[in-house]
Amino acid sequence: MRCRPAAARRRGAVPVNRAEREAAVRRIMRESSPRVPPELYADALRRGRRMLGRRVAARRLLWLLLCAAALAFTVWAVNARPWERPPSETTPPLPGW
Amino acid sequence: MRGRHASRDARRAEEFRVFVAGAAGRLLHTATLLTAEAPGDNPRARRLLTLALAHTYACWDGLRGEDGEDPYDRARRYLAVRFAHEARGRRGALGRARPRPRGPLARLTARERLILVLRLYEGVAEEQTAALLGLTGEHVRTVCDRAVATVLHPPRGPAPAARRETAARAASS
Repeated sequence: MRCRPAAARRRGAVPVNRAEREAAVRRIMRESSPRVPPELYADALRRGRRMLGRRVAARRLLWLLLCAAALAFTVWAVNARPWERPPSETTPPLPGW
Repeated sequence: MRGRHASRDARRAEEFRVFVAGAAGRLLHTATLLTAEAPGDNPRARRLLTLALAHTYACWDGLRGEDGEDPYDRARRYLAVRFAHEARGRRGALGRARPRPRGPLARLTARERLILVLRLYEGVAEEQTAALLGLTGEHVRTVCDRAVATVLHPPRGPAPAARRETAARAASS
């Protein structure tokens, strides 16, 4: 924080054109780099595996539901035969006899 | 079946390890710039990065191949979107104690930081940044210019964080 105005002074008064100003900001942003904690990879892997496991389980459940629905429909269709015309329950009138 | 599954798991973990070894440093720097935390004390940035990497691992199999998205791009996109989402949630909760921003971008708002970091530190194109955040390219340029001006010519007076600190000191003495 304190070094920023000092650094700006060092660089000269005012970077006028856009490219220079952007380069100056890039320099400021690059100044101090954080250290990567060693446990980061293990944490990410653990969470990622859990996330993936949940996704796989959800996908399996959906497939299972789909298969069960298809099976139920087939069984119903074979028994009920909805494509067949139902047997007539009334006798048509026979005029002209 | 189980053996194939295990070998795929092991291969994915190995590829992911190589990816993390190469990309974690830069991504953590990006995350720390976004959260405006000090480089040595950045719990929020680490949490964001862990989530982004975990998400990348979970879609790893979809990222491979010719038409797959670059894992780095995917992780960065998740990081940015997640940060934007959390920043929106935080704005309303002013009463909650939050860590004092101390990084070089501490004077900027969350949205200014996000745009500045994506555009200048990560070098994402203006249109892509705009599409990612649901803004117009014009808006992105305006915000970016304003952020650059704020970073290079900080307004008079101490940073908001420092001001709060001074006030706290004055109140306690």
